[in-house]
Amino acid sequence: MGLISWYVVIPAATAFAITLVPKAKPMAIRWVASTGGFLLVLLSAIVSVKYWNLAAADIELLRTSMFTKLYMVEQWTWFKSIGIEYFVGVDGISVLMLDLTAIIIFTGSLASWYVTERPKEFFALLYTLVTGVFGVFVSFDLFLFFVFYEVAVLPMYLLIGIWGTGPRNYSALKLTLMLLMGSAGLLVGILALYHGSGIHSFNLIELSKIHFPEAFQLWVFPIIFVGFGVLGAIFPLHTWSPDGHASAPTAVSMLHAGVLMKLGGYGCLRVAIYLMPEGAIYWAMFFMALATVNILYGSLGAIKQKDLKYFTAYSSVSHCGFVLFGLLALNLMGIKGAVIQMFSHGIMTGLFFGLIGMVYGRTHTRMIPEMGGLAKVMPWLASAFYIGGLASLGLPGLSGFIAESHVFLGGFFGNQWHDITLMRTLTILATLSIVVTAVYVLRGLATVFHSTITNPEFEKLTDATLPEKISTGVLIAALAIGGMLPWLFVDLIEGSIFPFLNRLHESGMISSL
Amino acid sequence: MSYSLTDIFGVLPELILVVTAITAILVDVASKGKDSSATMLVTAVGFIVSGIAAISGVGTIGVLMNGAVFQDGFTTAFRAIFCLIGFLTAIFSPAYLHFRNIRLGEYYPLLTMSVLGMMVMVGAANLLLFFIGLETMSISLYILVSLNRTNSKSIEAGMKYLVMGAFSSAFMLYGIALMFAVVGSINYNDITNYFLADPTLGPLTIAAVALLLTGFSFKIAVVPFQFWSVDVYEGAPATVTAFMSTGPKAAAFVVFIRVFGIALHPVASHWTLLLSWIAILTMVFGNVAALRQTNIKRMLAYSSIAHAGYLLVGIVAGNHAAFAATGYYLAAYALMNLGAFAAVIIVNQRHGTDGSYRFDALKGLGFAHPLLGISLTIFMLSLIGLPPTAGFLGKLYVFSAAIETGHIVLAVAGLLNSIIATYYYLRVIVLMYMAKPEGDTTIPRPLPYAITLIVLSVLILLIGVFPEPVISLMIAVAP
Repeated sequence: MGLISWYVVIPAATAFAITLVPKAKPMAIRWVASTGGFLLVLLSAIVSVKYWNLAAADIELLRTSMFTKLYMVEQWTWFKSIGIEYFVGVDGISVLMLDLTAIIIFTGSLASWYVTERPKEFFALLYTLVTGVFGVFVSFDLFLFFVFYEVAVLPMYLLIGIWGTGPRNYSALKLTLMLLMGSAGLLVGILALYHGSGIHSFNLIELSKIHFPEAFQLWVFPIIFVGFGVLGAIFPLHTWSPDGHASAPTAVSMLHAGVLMKLGGYGCLRVAIYLMPEGAIYWAMFFMALATVNILYGSLGAIKQKDLKYFTAYSSVSHCGFVLFGLLALNLMGIKGAVIQMFSHGIMTGLFFGLIGMVYGRTHTRMIPEMGGLAKVMPWLASAFYIGGLASLGLPGLSGFIAESHVFLGGFFGNQWHDITLMRTLTILATLSIVVTAVYVLRGLATVFHSTITNPEFEKLTDATLPEKISTGVLIAALAIGGMLPWLFVDLIEGSIFPFLNRLHESGMISSL
Repeated sequence: MSYSLTDIFGVLPELILVVTAITAILVDVASKGKDSSATMLVTAVGFIVSGIAAISGVGTIGVLMNGAVFQDGFTTAFRAIFCLIGFLTAIFSPAYLHFRNIRLGEYYPLLTMSVLGMMVMVGAANLLLFFIGLETMSISLYILVSLNRTNSKSIEAGMKYLVMGAFSSAFMLYGIALMFAVVGSINYNDITNYFLADPTLGPLTIAAVALLLTGFSFKIAVVPFQFWSVDVYEGAPATVTAFMSTGPKAAAFVVFIRVFGIALHPVASHWTLLLSWIAILTMVFGNVAALRQTNIKRMLAYSSIAHAGYLLVGIVAGNHAAFAATGYYLAAYALMNLGAFAAVIIVNQRHGTDGSYRFDALKGLGFAHPLLGISLTIFMLSLIGLPPTAGFLGKLYVFSAAIETGHIVLAVAGLLNSIIATYYYLRVIVLMYMAKPEGDTTIPRPLPYAITLIVLSVLILLIGVFPEPVISLMIAVAP
């Protein structure tokens, strides 16, 4: 078994190991879970370094290649008669996503240290969920990809429904039904690709060697894009996201907003744009306009929220809009920005949801007006919140700035297929959200952590404990590395983005569009 | 007419069941109706032996008995599945029948005869043998449905089923007669050859096809001939419901494929549109009606109507791969539906419930009974169609075949319906895991219950992850 399969084996084994630990030993359960998370971080570090060395030699080749080059590939036939393969590997983009997922699950496990209600079932389901997520990022067979994606859906439903807060049953059901609706569309799209290709294969690389007819691309592209877009909270199919995130328990919010929503953007790029470049060129402006609505609507929605989780959830809708916006700019700068934004927002929102969970565990309220002056009693948590907030409004020096500036530049540069004035107008509109974000983030933080302590009960609260400090510390370090050493990320992903661009240019030249 | 040894060995599973049924009757007589456990044991062993005989036929393709019986993948696979269904129903029943105070030894021989009828149906290579199988199965079922003699609902169900069943048999028989008048033969292969040579439809042919289609629609309970099924499913003893919603339905579907999918294939284009509409209406009706049920038994009854709609999609798609897909889906459906009914029967024996199959009985059972909770969750996931279960692959194969043959609207309708269905299947999981347990959560836990749940959930996952053997069996359908 190769290195990449461990991404599926470790979380699955962790989930299994947790079920073997006796119920009466919650400490042992936490340790098993966190160890699993730590191993995944370690694995990601090894894979990243290995990828780095392997891919550095190929950069010139990739510059002109039409096909994604995979590394550390493992490929076996699974169902011969239908052409399904166990086909896993990585390129730069998936390495970055795997790093993100590993960091989030590790810190998420630590942030859930104090889950007291059925911790055994909780962590077992959490690691089942994350098995599916890792599986998606390593799969290059569309069937396998889809199966892993669906594997993640049910544990999420149970996690929100059982361990959630507020109107959890409603939120869990809404989220599940909307995501399944998206995946039903996705399945139609994938089957259309399978049969339309004429080679009866789900292998993404093989499929990319087929040139799908233009008319075919024009109707399949939106189906697949929207199918993934639901997960990426594309307007107006984002409504599951605020409710779902607000009701979910801490680690699930972290994983969901941090990683699963990125899976939407990842799928849009990996499947829709990669296989159907002409469809992408045709539909780009339509979806870009929707992404602009996402960005503005999310940030305006966040302003009026009183609940910290809804506040963060709406801001996620806005930030995920940047991902789609950057992808649809269809140029190097935009796509690069979008991929960095996936990582950056994943870490940032993970940090936010983690912190909210920690604060809520102490104050037992998430309502912003009911809190005040918390910085005095919990300086660590307050500082962490500030750093996350500053990353969110795009302060230079943190990764949010790198991502957003790339996305905006990408939008502003435009591309050769679309009207530059329209793209620039959309970009300027999207940029406005930065101002709005600054307003709500700063105002929210000031209310919660400064002014005087409103509730005398809060005087007795304590600051972060060791697991919580490690959890937030790791996330802050990742944000800072992204901001200070952006070339690390750029070098990691840039080579893998060229094939996407080359395909777009090739099809742009031969098509009549 | 003479039969060779190959013929005899080819129908060995059926012969074993005949012997089993007779032995079971004798054993029951010997026990003077006091204790039916020996009868049950004989039946269970009979099913195992017959199942082994069936599986040993893997890989042989041909016709037996002077062209009366198909020996192919479908026959082999469904013989084995029917034996499994029969076996599990047999071992599962004693505790339930005891709970319901039904003490009748004839239950087991009737079950055996019914399975025998199903086997004859799927193997039949001509319309008459199929009809004989159908009647063998149906007559046993009429009695089984009304076995709970002291319960008026059971009697009502038996009566309804008898009347409806007799009606549909009459339609079917009339159709067979007319088909014979047109073609001059009752063999499927002759029918195919006849229509290959002359694909025009005369009035007589249209009447024959319409009558056969009506008969099948009754048997597989699709719109607009589905009304009997829910009341019958509700009134019959629950183990019988579990049995008849899986085995007989699968048997009728297999014959439907053989007759409408394969034998009448040359003229299939005439009713593709009609069947598409029936499929869509059946799915929508089943799912929408299931949404509002408060009784799990009725919910599952409506859901099995919806599944008949998905299965029809495969028949409409109409190529070889589509039939294999439908066969796979049928196998998956039989396993998951049987499992769901079994789990529901167990839940309904929870202390303090009134045996009325209300959803409330599920409350809080998930954490109290892990095996029951997990297996019922697997059955629900499979019914929804989520991986890695067999239900997912079944839907995938069927809808994939539909897209391949250009029936994209059908595939989309099927998928949208699956989303509606998600709502009511998830409700079961919600109640098990997210509702606070009310009152006593003790349920009886005899060994056969555990065996049934484990066997079915393991099989669902197993063929969900490794479908290749099942699919390769199904694809080997006789011409």
